[in-house]
Amino acid sequence: AQYSLSPCYVSLALYKCLYGRAHPTNLQHHRHYTSGESSGAAKVVAVGLVTLGSSIGGTVLYAKWDPKFRTAVEKNIPYSDWLLGMALGPNPYSPVTAHKKQVSKFITPKYPTTPPDLTTNPLSRIASLEESLASSAKTTLQAIGAQEAALQAIGSHTHKLKEAMEAEVPPDQKSAQWRDLETALAERRSTVNDAGAALLKARDALDSLRSVIDKAKESKVAAVQPLVLAAEENLHSMVVDLDQAVTKVQSAESEAKIVSQYTELVNEAKRQFQKELSSLTPEIQANWKGLTGKLSADDLNALIAHAHRRIDQLNRELAEQRVREQVHIEAALEQQKLEDQKALDKAVHTATQHSKEEARLEQERKLSELREVMEAEMRTQLRRQAAAHTDHLRDILKVQEQELRSEAEQVLNSKMLEQETHYRQLTQEQLDNFTLDMNAAYARLKGMEEAIDSHVIAEEEARKAHQLWLSVEALSYTLKTAGSDLPTKPLESAVQAIQDSCCNNEFALALASALPEESLRRGVYSEASLRSRFNSLRSMVRRVALIDESHNSLYQYFLSYLQAALLFEEKQAMPPTQLTNEDLDPFKLLSYASYCLEHEDLELAAKFVNQLRGEARRVVQDWLTEARLTLETRQVVTLLSAYANAVGLGTTQAP
Amino acid sequence: MSEKELGKKWDRCLADCAVKVGAGLGLGVVFSVVFFKRHTWPISFGLGTGLGMAYSNCQNDLRSHYLLHRSMKVGWTKQQ
Repeated sequence: AQYSLSPCYVSLALYKCLYGRAHPTNLQHHRHYTSGESSGAAKVVAVGLVTLGSSIGGTVLYAKWDPKFRTAVEKNIPYSDWLLGMALGPNPYSPVTAHKKQVSKFITPKYPTTPPDLTTNPLSRIASLEESLASSAKTTLQAIGAQEAALQAIGSHTHKLKEAMEAEVPPDQKSAQWRDLETALAERRSTVNDAGAALLKARDALDSLRSVIDKAKESKVAAVQPLVLAAEENLHSMVVDLDQAVTKVQSAESEAKIVSQYTELVNEAKRQFQKELSSLTPEIQANWKGLTGKLSADDLNALIAHAHRRIDQLNRELAEQRVREQVHIEAALEQQKLEDQKALDKAVHTATQHSKEEARLEQERKLSELREVMEAEMRTQLRRQAAAHTDHLRDILKVQEQELRSEAEQVLNSKMLEQETHYRQLTQEQLDNFTLDMNAAYARLKGMEEAIDSHVIAEEEARKAHQLWLSVEALSYTLKTAGSDLPTKPLESAVQAIQDSCCNNEFALALASALPEESLRRGVYSEASLRSRFNSLRSMVRRVALIDESHNSLYQYFLSYLQAALLFEEKQAMPPTQLTNEDLDPFKLLSYASYCLEHEDLELAAKFVNQLRGEARRVVQDWLTEARLTLETRQVVTLLSAYANAVGLGTTQAP
Repeated sequence: MSEKELGKKWDRCLADCAVKVGAGLGLGVVFSVVFFKRHTWPISFGLGTGLGMAYSNCQNDLRSHYLLHRSMKVGWTKQQ
């Protein structure tokens, strides 16, 4: 609330701070004053005062309207409570602390602390209680003070009186003493009066307090009780102190009375003596103490005689007194007893009252303490219960939380699973599609590659076949290079060429390796040469036609030669399709072979020649071997060429 | 050349015959002259011997292929 105090004021202060001694015209411009050249400073001051007054008035009005704001203002701004109290009256919602401060100012030196603040409804009752407590405390203190003052005055007066009675002081000081005594007496009287008045006031206040306490007790608010109890205790202690002070004063007074009686007696005696003295010595004035040098011897003697008489009289009285001592003492004792009894009764009465009061207060205090303890215990139990409850709640909440969490997790998991499966499906689909595409593309690629490879292979094969064919052709050409009687060139190189050109063709390799060694190294004879050789062989074979293992003597040789000379066979005879036994005759065989040779059937010729036996066979052995070689070679070459042709045909693509 | 073998054999044979006959003749002559007082029978004997030896050699030479050598066992094949 204090910040809303005066924005205008604050802004003004701010402006003053910022602009320092601002030119009045600036402020005028800021204030939008159109009245021109009147003195700026006065204007500023007037404006400041106006704002201050308006702010204060506004604060007061608002405080009147809003007590809380008033409380806040009173709390924060010193002397505002005085101002506001003046303007608006006391704060109905003033906090108890303010009163407490006042109360504690008076009470704290002697009495225990007042009860704590209250903000509940019986604030008025509490307030009245506090007020009465305060006022009663004040009056009691005053009364006690007055009593003590009276006590002191009485004491001093008594003391002075005693002094005056007993001390031997010079006369001028005596008069001073007597004057002091009188002042003391006056003082004592006044103080005693004051004390009495104060006592009355205090007792009134205490009575009012008691009534207020009784009224407050009727209210059932629990928080009031300790206040009430404390107030009662205060009351009781005040009463006790008051009584104590009163008794002290009374004792002092009784003592003073005794002393005054004693002084009276002494004064009486003195007056008596003086009267006697004056009767005896009429010319001597009262104050006999100052007459030391003025008395004559007669006077002195008379005085002494008087004194002696007086002493005798006194002795007699004393003896009488001694005799009547016992009776007097008994009477006095009786009186004293009575008085003591009375005093005792009174004291007992007051003491019992006090003790009763104390007991009651003690009881109430104990009760309140017990109540507090009970309350505390109940509070702890309640707290414990609350704690148990909170624990239970916490446990249940935990369990619930667990359950809910598990549920939520389940739901989450299922959702996640769904999403995952869906996603997996999608990805799988994508993947499958992609794989399919890839596979298709790959297959096509593979197909293309295979086609290309096969093309390449086919071309390679074709090339190889071509090469093979070429080499086979070369080989067959080498076969033709046989001279009339010379064998061909060695077929080795050609065969090597073939082997190189068909290194991975097993058939060709086998064939190439099937060529006889001789043909490779030495070459083969051509058919023509073999034919011519056969022709030359023929005559030889004819000559040894009869020679075999068993017929090989020289005579047989002669016979065989004779047969050869005499037998004539056809030069060439067509061989039959099937040979009979007669066809195995050498001459016939020779003619068949010759026929075959003439018809370029070396094989058949060789077959026929192979049928020769004995020495004829031995003679044609070489020729047969050569023929075989040639045949073999030719066969292999034919096979190779056929194969090459076949391969070539196979690899050649029809346009 | 196997066909030339016979020719070679015949050549040898003839050469041997010539030698043998000559040697026989010579010996015969010698013997006849020396030991047998110029009878002709040692010469013919010698000739005959020579001729016979030549004949026999020739025959052996011609049939040498068909004769098993002594070192070869009969009935044993080469594989065993």
